[in-house]
Amino acid sequence: MSANNNAPLLQLDHIGKEYYGNRVLSDISFSIEPGEILGLVGENGAGKSTLLNILFGMPVITSTGGYEGSLYLDGKHVHFTSPTQALAAGIGMVHQEFSLIPGFTATENILLNREVLNGSLMSFVFSDRVSTLDRDAMRQRAATAINTLGVHISPDMTVNEMPVGYKQFIEIAREIDRKNTRLLFLDEPTAVLTETEAEILLIALKKLAKSGIAIVFISHRLAEVKELCDRILVLRDGRLITDQRSEELSTRQIASLMVGRESLRKEEIVPEIPEQALEEVNVDETLGTTTLAKKKKKKKPALKVEHLWVDMPGETVRDVSFEVQKGEIFGIGGLAGHGKLGIPNGIMGLYPAGGKVRLFGKKLTLNKPRAALGRKMAFVSEDRRGVGLLLDEPLDWNITFTAMQTQGRFLIGIPYIFQMRNEMAMAKETKKFIEALSIKCTGPGQKAGELSGGNQQKVCLAKAFVLRPDILLICEPTRGIDIGAKTLVLDTLKEYNKEHGTTIIITSSELEELRSVCNRVAIVGEGKIAGVLPASSPAEDFGMLMLNAHSRATNEEDEYENAEQDGEKIA
Amino acid sequence: MIKKFIKNAGWPRIIIALFLLALFITAPFVGVNVFTSFNNTIVRFGMNGVMVLAMIPMVQAGCGLNFGLPLGIIAGLLGATLSIELNTEILAKLAELGTQYKISWLTQEFLTTYREPVGFASAIIIAIPVAAVLGWLYGKLLNRVKGDEMMIATYVGFSSVSFMCIAWLLLPYKHPTMVWGYAGRGLRTTISVEGYWLHVLNDWLSLNFKDQITIGGKVLDVNLAIPTGMLIFFAVMAFIVWVFMKTKTGTAMTAVGSNPEFARASGVNVDKMRTISVVMSTILGAIGIIVYEQSFGFIQLYMGPFYMALPAVASILLGGASVNKATILNVIVGTFLFQGILTMTPTVFNSVFQTDMSEVIRLIVSNGMILYALTRKVRA
Repeated sequence: MSANNNAPLLQLDHIGKEYYGNRVLSDISFSIEPGEILGLVGENGAGKSTLLNILFGMPVITSTGGYEGSLYLDGKHVHFTSPTQALAAGIGMVHQEFSLIPGFTATENILLNREVLNGSLMSFVFSDRVSTLDRDAMRQRAATAINTLGVHISPDMTVNEMPVGYKQFIEIAREIDRKNTRLLFLDEPTAVLTETEAEILLIALKKLAKSGIAIVFISHRLAEVKELCDRILVLRDGRLITDQRSEELSTRQIASLMVGRESLRKEEIVPEIPEQALEEVNVDETLGTTTLAKKKKKKKPALKVEHLWVDMPGETVRDVSFEVQKGEIFGIGGLAGHGKLGIPNGIMGLYPAGGKVRLFGKKLTLNKPRAALGRKMAFVSEDRRGVGLLLDEPLDWNITFTAMQTQGRFLIGIPYIFQMRNEMAMAKETKKFIEALSIKCTGPGQKAGELSGGNQQKVCLAKAFVLRPDILLICEPTRGIDIGAKTLVLDTLKEYNKEHGTTIIITSSELEELRSVCNRVAIVGEGKIAGVLPASSPAEDFGMLMLNAHSRATNEEDEYENAEQDGEKIA
Repeated sequence: MIKKFIKNAGWPRIIIALFLLALFITAPFVGVNVFTSFNNTIVRFGMNGVMVLAMIPMVQAGCGLNFGLPLGIIAGLLGATLSIELNTEILAKLAELGTQYKISWLTQEFLTTYREPVGFASAIIIAIPVAAVLGWLYGKLLNRVKGDEMMIATYVGFSSVSFMCIAWLLLPYKHPTMVWGYAGRGLRTTISVEGYWLHVLNDWLSLNFKDQITIGGKVLDVNLAIPTGMLIFFAVMAFIVWVFMKTKTGTAMTAVGSNPEFARASGVNVDKMRTISVVMSTILGAIGIIVYEQSFGFIQLYMGPFYMALPAVASILLGGASVNKATILNVIVGTFLFQGILTMTPTVFNSVFQTDMSEVIRLIVSNGMILYALTRKVRA
């Protein structure tokens, strides 16, 4: 290896990165020694992926103006401009998404492009490209790599026949088969594994580390991180918040470091909680006592969800139960991919769903958007351009279409026989909203696709408001819009709630936003509700719920068990 | 002002319109009678208009261009042939109904006077339910292949034509003017509609001019026969489609085409809207071919409908429609330009080069325009 034995394996010196004037990383400095396991944790958007992209020389970085600071490998300055260079330098990466070829066997995948070749006259005359493969040697090598991980997977099994857990092991086996791999990055390797599989993986990783390979382990499962890693780095808002030995930190501490902003929070004004909602918070805590349960029955909640499951790709909801009181602003938070978006989408019937949903005590037919809309529910999709808008149609169509189709408004003629659109009424209503929400546009005739993100979001809100909903479900109201528009959108929601007494359910990945607008916030983890807390609860409580939404982690610490139980009791 | 016009009309249309204008200007100098050519253009416009109109519902509903138009045409052909086969029976039945329900105007005399329009109407009335059923099945099929509609539609058209090639031979038609003379069964490839409903629309309210004018020492025959009835019929059909697209269902259909996810989230049954659009398109195709035949004078069976979808597709694209947006104006402009070029290019070129290559030029022009139009299918 390197001549300089004192230098750390990898050293980062004041690494920073800006995307189009938007700072995502600043001043990151740390180093890794051979055989060390480093845990990297942080919320979504804390800058973890950007950091990985820099270290791995992803083209995304170079094409957006490179990065600041310098990288040292064995004390030598390096600058990777492509993943190939990083691979050659001995850096391996296991991505969150699998990059395996489904129809190939484990062996073929592990040794892809590093096959063991048979020498022959043909390959002597032409090149290695025409060599035949030494299948036996390859199988041997693959088996060795797999065995190193401590699992039993047949090297001849094709990848498409494997359970996800196996695929993850194959990915890792591929990286360790590379002879020169000295540093291995694992991006949420345990996310798809079962409990036992994850344990096996952790043991395997420790073994690998002992053999001298340094490992950077990224995970949202704090218990795992704490168990596995020697050192833990916490990233928040693109900054390195802490770099400590894992023994010095409790999971709770890590959680609060990740979420942070505690001091800031207290100065903010917590919105008033409507009476019913407050009562419900109390009920939550003491649920189980029959008297209170009975008392609750008298008041029918605006929305009662029981054992809801939703099959939304990437946002699977497994078993969710919660109640929302009339006039409440209810938040649903949680990490991306854990199913928080699936809840409103499932209730609205956009994805296959099951379970029981009751609106003001009456059962709602699932899987039929029409049924949900007919019950005076309105929905603002997180996928603004994909689901929320008719980009090629004018604003008045966008705003009035749903009301026209489901409530028969903005039409002239005889219902069921002949009804034409009333374009005057459509334009009039649209103008009203353009004014009220100060949508920047040329008029009701402008195409929705021509507006900016913030204004498009206002159009989506207008579309929902036109329906005069009793319950408004909003997903990611501030995603992809600038700060000014953000405040306006949130204020509009608050105002609308106050004026019309509309029950609003907001789903957002920005916890701070939820806490500033909502009365209560539910945290979703792995398709289940981890807990429901009043918005005024301390940030670290939310952090703990978010990060330990896994049943596996529950007995890790006693401190947050109460919070956890809230969720379970509601369920 | 001019810039705005250019932007609205689009360069392709302006260039083709200028080319067409240039052809009309050159025509007299190479000895082509402009008036006859113009008249032909108008007649061809009327003949093809309804079939181009058939493109609108499917385009608007996001099913793409109806390359499966032959399916609708087959329904039209069935209507046309049955109306001739059963002509006597239909007239007798109507007279019977007239007396039975004491409908004062529905008399034997009325039916004799209006034998041809009644025959034409019966062709359409028979064709519509057939088209509706075929269109419904076709729509169901297209709902299963979302994203590949146009490819599938093309083969639906082709295979239905091939299937009907067998059917035309086997169906028990008996009418002497339609079946093969030597065998006494099996329909002929070309059936004349003369004596049934030839030119019923063309001749209705038609404007005829016959004159001779002298331009620059040359005597020119002016022989115009504007098919007013056919144009009115087209206008009525266009109006019906226009109104339909403005109804609640039409609006939902347009939204489905614009963004099916949006439509679904707004409680619209996307598949149903798509099916309705395909049924409409097929029905319009059926009506369109009957209008075409009454002007053309013949019912063309067997491979006749095979390539009928392409001129219609080319026309609407030429008129400025995209694969998911089409208006009545696109239909009118596109049909006029396409048929104009198709009429003028061969005649002018033949006169210039003194050879008969009209058919070759027609193929080059029509296929060239289809090719051009399809390359423009994705909007910027």
